[in-house]
Amino acid sequence: MLDFLNGIWSVFTSILKFEWLYDLVAALVENVFKLSMDTNLGSSVHFFIYDVIKILMLLSIMIFLISYIRSYFPPERTKKILENFSGIKGNIMASLLGTVTPFCSCSSVPIFIGFVESGIPLGVTFSFLITSPLINQGAIIVLLAAFGWKVAALYIAMGVIIGIIGGIVIGKFNLEGEVEGYVYEMSMGEVEIETLTRKERAKFALEEVTKIVKHVWLYLLIGIGLGAAIHGWAPADILTKYAGPDNPFAVLVGVAVGIPLYADVIGTIPIAEALISKGMGMGTALSFMMAVAALSLPAMILLRKVIKPKLLTIFVAITSFGIITVGYLFNFLLH
Amino acid sequence: MEIKVLGPGCKNCTNLEANTKKALEELNMEATVLKVTDMKEIMGYGVMSTPALVVDGKLKMMGRVPKPSEIKEYLV
Repeated sequence: MLDFLNGIWSVFTSILKFEWLYDLVAALVENVFKLSMDTNLGSSVHFFIYDVIKILMLLSIMIFLISYIRSYFPPERTKKILENFSGIKGNIMASLLGTVTPFCSCSSVPIFIGFVESGIPLGVTFSFLITSPLINQGAIIVLLAAFGWKVAALYIAMGVIIGIIGGIVIGKFNLEGEVEGYVYEMSMGEVEIETLTRKERAKFALEEVTKIVKHVWLYLLIGIGLGAAIHGWAPADILTKYAGPDNPFAVLVGVAVGIPLYADVIGTIPIAEALISKGMGMGTALSFMMAVAALSLPAMILLRKVIKPKLLTIFVAITSFGIITVGYLFNFLLH
Repeated sequence: MEIKVLGPGCKNCTNLEANTKKALEELNMEATVLKVTDMKEIMGYGVMSTPALVVDGKLKMMGRVPKPSEIKEYLV
């Protein structure tokens, strides 16, 4: 019986590790394309095909599951839950709910207004707004595929902590005057939160899969293509020297490059995966990805509609600081 | 009939507007489709997840982009 269970477990883990796919693509590259896996071209082609199939499969399955869970937490319900918490408990709840509430950057403005209007403290609102884009479901899945569950779990934990602390700090500054005045003049209508059937939740989850895959596939192909090129050709010794965990400035540079970069975070992960395999520090790569996810220029332009420049600057500064700290921590822990 | 598509003007809102027009076409119905980008009006409906669909002043759907076939059910 134990042998049987062990057998099932090893089949399960090897499916999840995609070793079968790795071997299959290796056979394809060597036998059909007639490229040796030991050449630059062969290993790049292999990396590209293998990664595209692996990530698209994982992305579709996991987005379906996560979206199903997320259908229980529309922003309207999250708001109702948060109204019941105050102080640090509010920050913790907001950050945790930020991980499960479906969020697109174009909803950040109505969510911000809705929270503030219903009396949720500014700091608690920011805990939500910091964590929500950081814990992007696509990003988590690709992280899982590229680095395994431990790194993915650490990433989530760090995202939640940055949100909690960032919100608490913003709350301490008493910046209510730095919110655009019209936000306080809004009156929010009551809305009935619909209870969905299981079928409707499945439909929502399926729509999310199509929406996200449609949105990211190009970024993903470009990212994996660049990753494949890095995999085949980038010189490991130079990367290790300049971007490795021992260079104290690498994290700062990573974040500085990540903020203005208008890319989808999902596309950056295959690049990061390849760079890490060539010697870049894990923390450096993660903080770069976090900066792309949480501090994109379009998201900031949207937020500027509801908060004044001073508060926007403080938000960016605190989030950057948190991300940089995580970068150093990961470099320290994982190397 | 008056239909409103609520949303700040992102891609999903445009998609919802297009799907709504398609649904009307398939039903052979005439209606004015208004795009509402004014936050005051959007929040007035209690909507935090955009895009949302309002038919004759009643909120029918929010936070998704349903297919034309599904929008038809909201219209009849």
